[in-house]
Amino acid sequence: MTDTTTTPPEIGGVGHSVKRVEDARLIEGQGNFLDDIALPGMLHMALVRSPVAHARINGIDTDAATAVDGVLAVVTGELMAAHGLAWMPTLSGDTQAVLATDKVRYQGQEVAAVIATDPYAAADGAELVDVDYEMLDAITTPQQSLAEGAALIRDEKEGQTDNLAYTWETGDEAATDAAFAGADRVVSLTTHYPRSHPSPLETCGIVADVNSVTGQATIYMTSQAPHAHRTLFALVAGLPEQNIRIISPDIGGGFGNKVPIYPGYVVATAASLLIGQPVKWVETRTGNLISTGFGRDYYMTGELALTNEGRIQAMRVDMLSDQGAFYSDAQPTRYRAGLFHVCTGSYDFPHAHIKCRGAFTNKAPGGVAYRCSFRITEASYLIERLMQTAADELGIDPAELRLRNFIQPEQFPYETATGFVYDSGDYPTALRKALDAAGYDELRAEQAAARAEGRLVGIGIAHFTEAVGAGPAHTYDIAGLKMIDSAELRVHPTGKAILKLGVKTQGQGHETTFAQIVAEETGIPATDIKVIHGDTDDTPYGLGTYASRSTPVGGAATAMVARKIADKARHIAAHLLEAAPEDIERDADKFHVAGSPDQAVSIQDAAFAAYTNLPEGMEYGLEDVTYYNPPNLTFPYGSYVVVVDVDPETGVWKVRRMVALDDCGVRINPMIVEGQIHGGLTEGFAMSSMQWITFDDDGNCIGSNFMDYLVPTAWETPRFELLETVTPSPHHPIGAKGVGESATVGSPAAFVNAVVDALAHLGVRNIDMPVLPDRVWEAIDSAGG
Amino acid sequence: MLPARFDYVAASSVEEAIAAKAEGGDEARILAGGQSLLPMMKLRFATPSKLVDINRIDGLDAIRSHNGHWHVGALVRHADIAASGAVSGAVASAAPWIADPLVRNLGTMCGSVAHCDPEGDWNSVLLATGAEVVAQGPSGRRTIAIGDFVQDFFTNSLAEDEMVVALHIPVPSGRSGGSYQKLERKVGDYATVGVAAHLELAADGTISAAGVAMTSVAPINRKATDAEALLVGNAPSVELFAEAGEAAAAAADPRDDVRGSARWKRRVVAAFTRRALTAAAEQAQA
Repeated sequence: MTDTTTTPPEIGGVGHSVKRVEDARLIEGQGNFLDDIALPGMLHMALVRSPVAHARINGIDTDAATAVDGVLAVVTGELMAAHGLAWMPTLSGDTQAVLATDKVRYQGQEVAAVIATDPYAAADGAELVDVDYEMLDAITTPQQSLAEGAALIRDEKEGQTDNLAYTWETGDEAATDAAFAGADRVVSLTTHYPRSHPSPLETCGIVADVNSVTGQATIYMTSQAPHAHRTLFALVAGLPEQNIRIISPDIGGGFGNKVPIYPGYVVATAASLLIGQPVKWVETRTGNLISTGFGRDYYMTGELALTNEGRIQAMRVDMLSDQGAFYSDAQPTRYRAGLFHVCTGSYDFPHAHIKCRGAFTNKAPGGVAYRCSFRITEASYLIERLMQTAADELGIDPAELRLRNFIQPEQFPYETATGFVYDSGDYPTALRKALDAAGYDELRAEQAAARAEGRLVGIGIAHFTEAVGAGPAHTYDIAGLKMIDSAELRVHPTGKAILKLGVKTQGQGHETTFAQIVAEETGIPATDIKVIHGDTDDTPYGLGTYASRSTPVGGAATAMVARKIADKARHIAAHLLEAAPEDIERDADKFHVAGSPDQAVSIQDAAFAAYTNLPEGMEYGLEDVTYYNPPNLTFPYGSYVVVVDVDPETGVWKVRRMVALDDCGVRINPMIVEGQIHGGLTEGFAMSSMQWITFDDDGNCIGSNFMDYLVPTAWETPRFELLETVTPSPHHPIGAKGVGESATVGSPAAFVNAVVDALAHLGVRNIDMPVLPDRVWEAIDSAGG
Repeated sequence: MLPARFDYVAASSVEEAIAAKAEGGDEARILAGGQSLLPMMKLRFATPSKLVDINRIDGLDAIRSHNGHWHVGALVRHADIAASGAVSGAVASAAPWIADPLVRNLGTMCGSVAHCDPEGDWNSVLLATGAEVVAQGPSGRRTIAIGDFVQDFFTNSLAEDEMVVALHIPVPSGRSGGSYQKLERKVGDYATVGVAAHLELAADGTISAAGVAMTSVAPINRKATDAEALLVGNAPSVELFAEAGEAAAAAADPRDDVRGSARWKRRVVAAFTRRALTAAAEQAQA
């Protein structure tokens, strides 16, 4: 492992694998999750969800529910409409029903809410709400949805005459077409990235406490973006923003699932406002799986134009996304399919043209994300599967084909054909290192020998490039809010400090790593720094934690505010040492006069002086705030190699080895980075091998609980061998890039490529995820194997 | 977990449990490990009027060897069987494949058998080994062959006022062996395909008795009787076991679902039957 530390362990700055400070309280049951919150007089809410995918609502009878002992009220869409809240805007500029008034458009859609004195009574009441549904045909694929004569799902939407949710394209179509027309070879792949779900262990929930006298709304909420949510609450509900306080307590996993505002939040807040008592809503597991933001459901056709020698000349992509009933992706406003156009990946493409369409279907809305950095999982999967296809079609080794086409180290900063400017990288070194660790040449020899014996061995490669850290204000906003972020640092007289963040951890370890950044930049020991986040009354504004943006943006803000503090402390040190500020140098843990290391004061001395003994004209105190507008995204990358053994008789495949090299720039806490990578690789393995949310022809969700929607355990998860290279981001204050989503983005293609590679000699070119044993067996069987 | 309202009785004897269950009528349920019942109550798919908890009854938690049978009491957990050095053959082979470690710690073998979920593993093992279920009612105990006990999808042949108090599983003797082969998508998943096999060899090395039963490939756990008939009287061989595998595949009645196509499941039945028989024969010949 690369040692990047510049501070001693007792300071614990960047590069130290210190244990996570948040773990002790979480492991010992002293965390404070949403469902732990109990307020005096708190009521409980249960949602009534549609059992069918598409139906007109002819009436709702609430009498039996209201009669249940303990039930206080049943809220319907009609009541919400009376307050102008039956519909709400989505993060993509569409509208979404809060409680259905006219139709239900997917199974699991919110239809009514029961408010009761205890959760059992609320659940009993919800069972008795009688909704008169007039069944309509369900549309369950975007192909059906866009077919001639398909029923209009969004008939309430003014000007909407078909089921098209959006169209978007980028790149140079004419130049791309010309390159294809003149290409020696054209390779194409059509694949579906299935619908998956972030499935955090903690479901979504809220405790809304609106004071009927003061109008103060204190909202405890499972939120990855509390500040942005406060602003959206203000805009949607018309509440004055200073009266809204959003507190995001300990969060049991987010993965993108806790970015959107869900109907349950809005109804509970409205109920608290109307009743004048706190209202708690905690989503059921099934509610979470069938109604909240999912990931993917992209149908993609990609083509590569190549020379006979395997030089790539152009890429063409036609993508159709299944948005569900409402277009509610969380993504930068100007990009209608997130950052999917980063699909040229790690390769030097002269030309590319990307065409995207999205369709409404009778399925849950969202498409928000699932640890995907705004749709980069899909983009990375497509290009890395295409590279495998091209290698197989041209008869070139897949590692060699990548090496022939990589963006070279000297080409950085590199502008892609779709407009990204990659900051730094050395792809050939990374891939070669991963191949060497796997013993690639020996594996290829073994594979050939195995095939001769009728055994199937596959070696899969994926080399991904991520684009994270949204983002520069000139390009990136969500609902108009620029994607900057902030940090506020207060150093107390005894030299202990509080760091307040605009971002919000859901398990990423911010309380540890962000203190390490401050320790690095100021010399204050990380253990002396308390990190506060998640409470909008107590932290500076920020867009929140998702899309691997915390370290690139919030981490940069933290480094910059710490530098401001260190600089003021240096001036104070100069005063204490009776020297000129420009003669003061900072060590890891003290300030000294240049040339006289013994003439020194500590950061703690300087902090005390900030409140007791200041130079003439200096303002008292040692605190500051920084709002950071990143100059660019950061572009972490990695090279993954997977080896699988496939049982030809049953199609069962097992991962024999998984070598994962990640380059995320400077690692603040290497242990936490490795934990992130392990988690991401596990999720990548899950999606490639077992995980999908599917629907029957009537739009019933298959996968509404953890018996049907599979989350792997340690038992079936392969062992991972981690490697690294360190190529710092040139524009990030400490050279760090994001890493939270790298492994989820990069690994699915490596697993699928491995299985396809095992069958490549039979002519198999594609098996869609999840690569279930029956699909593998069918592929072998239909290839005549 | 927010189940519908129910009454709860903690019985201190089998007699008391039977009486309490009878009082509750057909909506009363016995609570042993609760690993199938409670998830269904959570989803309100099951809304029993009364739960009769038998966990405090003494003497139901032992595995005893008696008259050539293992007697498995109603409170013997899956984990007890997996940890028991006393069992062998198909029973020992299947035990670590039941659900996941958490479920195995609480779930009971008798409860799983009584549940008659066609995706449950134990009933295939009991069908292959020729086990019996011991039921107790107000008028005493009776023994029911497993094939008669398993009636249908989630349906057993217990009377309303009876409960399962034990299983009697033949102890493999002489030259015998057994195996359970299970394909699952992940730990804790129901079988996509499961096959239990039990073989006994005569002195001349030919097969004197054979049991083959399948999980998750028919509306109930199903014995592959044609495969069994093929085996008996013949010497174990690769060809014989492959032929038995084909017979089992023909007897299976799988369906297309999210776990895979019916066509593929039949091929897995054929492969797993052959593998289970091969493993059983290796034990028997050892």
